[in-house]
Amino acid sequence: MSEFIHAKSIKNNEVRFSDALFYNFLRLITVLIIILFASVFVFLYRSSEPLFLEQGWSFFKETTWSPTTDTYGVLAFVYGTLVSSFIALLFAVPVSMGSALFLTQLCPRFLVSPIRSIIELLAAIPSVVYGLWGIFVLAPFIKNYVQPVLSGLTPGLPFFQGPPFGLGLFTAGLILAIMIIPTITTISIEIFQAVPKLYKEGAKALGATDWEAIKIAVIKPGMAGVLAAITLGLGRAMGETMAVTMVIGNRADISSSLFSPAATMASVIANEYAEAGSNLHSASLTAVGFTLLLISMLVNFGARYIIKKFRGPI
Amino acid sequence: MNKDSKSNILIIDQLTAGFGKSEIVKKISMQVTEKEITALIGPSGCGKSTFLRCLNRLHEETPDAWVHGKVNLNNKNIYEKGTDPVFVRSQIGMVFQKPNPFPSMSIYDNVAAGLTIRGIKKKTYIAEAVERSLIQAALWTEVKDKLKSAGTSLSGGQQQRLCIARALAISPPVILMDEPTSALDPISTAKIEELLHQLKKEVTIVIVTHNMQQAARVSDQTAFFLLGELIEMDSTKKFFTNPKDPRSENYITGRFG
Ligand SMILES: Nc1ncnc2c1ncn2[C@@H]1O[C@H](COP(=O)(O)OP(=O)(O)OP(=O)(O)O)[C@@H](O)[C@H]1O
Ligand SMILES: [Mg+2]
Repeated sequence: MSEFIHAKSIKNNEVRFSDALFYNFLRLITVLIIILFASVFVFLYRSSEPLFLEQGWSFFKETTWSPTTDTYGVLAFVYGTLVSSFIALLFAVPVSMGSALFLTQLCPRFLVSPIRSIIELLAAIPSVVYGLWGIFVLAPFIKNYVQPVLSGLTPGLPFFQGPPFGLGLFTAGLILAIMIIPTITTISIEIFQAVPKLYKEGAKALGATDWEAIKIAVIKPGMAGVLAAITLGLGRAMGETMAVTMVIGNRADISSSLFSPAATMASVIANEYAEAGSNLHSASLTAVGFTLLLISMLVNFGARYIIKKFRGPI
Repeated sequence: MNKDSKSNILIIDQLTAGFGKSEIVKKISMQVTEKEITALIGPSGCGKSTFLRCLNRLHEETPDAWVHGKVNLNNKNIYEKGTDPVFVRSQIGMVFQKPNPFPSMSIYDNVAAGLTIRGIKKKTYIAEAVERSLIQAALWTEVKDKLKSAGTSLSGGQQQRLCIARALAISPPVILMDEPTSALDPISTAKIEELLHQLKKEVTIVIVTHNMQQAARVSDQTAFFLLGELIEMDSTKKFFTNPKDPRSENYITGRFG
């Protein structure tokens, strides 16, 4: 008996030692991540500093971006990033929710994994390929069919008017939607699958129809997770560079029409960094990157706050 | 017999059910008396849950599930063509083995769920029904000051009574319970058994239980299942003191099961 206790206590000590090792390892990694983030933040700020010293804070209030006259304002790009990402969410969220719910709740089981693989495959396509597809297929389609129809239907609204270029905010938003659909869909599938079946049965037993049972026993419990998935998709949309640069038209301009060319924070950096002539120009481009980082952080914190609310009463 | 004074609310006729190729419930016929507690007992895997889930048409929600036979609720076959399972389930409530209050819903919303599903919007009506059901489920005094907290924040026993209240809120004439106390401690179990006594004044209850003492304590009728067949059904007193079938006797005396 006493031997047994002795053996056990040794084992406990060993466990404690390996636990300590493990915890310290995790601590180290966490600290490294924080340092890495802080250094990116500091780097971006320091490289943008020449601009702030020269222009003050007008950079954040100015819509004009003109390297030839050394006037730099970020607002047009903020607008481009936010609007293209918003358009992306507008299309991606319903499609992703719909397919995740279909695959987890209604689809015959033997079809689930092939369809899922196809969706996951979409995530593996390089963004430059999406860009090419956007230029050669999507843009002409929008130019020839979508814009004429939409502007014809809404003669009074400014959103769909203007000359049809094919390349612009709307096309960029659509490409972004296609790029973030796999992300949002696959995470949502995981979330809906993780909701225990007994809730749905509970709803059914109360006399709920299929749709009501899905609503109260699948969507509602999964809502916080789905919002997290959407946030991840939004993050990707705001930072996406290659495909957007190829289809957005690249013009630093805030136009009331969704079909006019625009630029995002990411696309202007990609476009101009290589040929940034003056010091001020390159400082401004890092300042754009700095702004993108700040806005991404803001969106993430905002999303977290909303997600917390959706966790429901605790 | 007291059966003459009360009517049979459920009449089950030659009910056979299973999954895919396997037949789990075999030609079961029985009657359930109104405002009584009918206990279903039998060894694990003998098809009690499957049978119970046929009574509110929940069985058919499982992939590959099938059913034949009749279940008459107030002389109307719930399996008749054109009968909406959603309607059937609004008449025959169910409480599950594991408490399953809806997550991310408050205590109040959980109890109200059956009403809101039905499209009832009137706030005063819902509030009354919630209070009445929680009182009926003997949970009111414990939760009346925290109706807005999460249903899942309650203890296991309280959660199960919450699920009973949720079932009661839409006032179904029949409630099915599948081992409602098997996940609970003895005190919570005693509370629910006491509750069943009160409930049967108003509701007909069919309860599956693994625990023979429980069946003896709470039920009026006992039905004994073995390998998907109904071996014997009788008033609980007679069944436990004087079983007719030797297999029932073996089971009661603990010789198998
Ligand atoms: N979804 C299913 N698909 C196929 N077979 C099933 C399914 N659910 C249950 N069964 C089978 O049906 C049989 C009866 O199961 P059931 O749950 O009705 O038994 P039970 O009497 O309630 O048992 P317990 O007392 O353990 O709850 C078991 O042999 C089980 O393997
Ligand atoms: Mg069972």
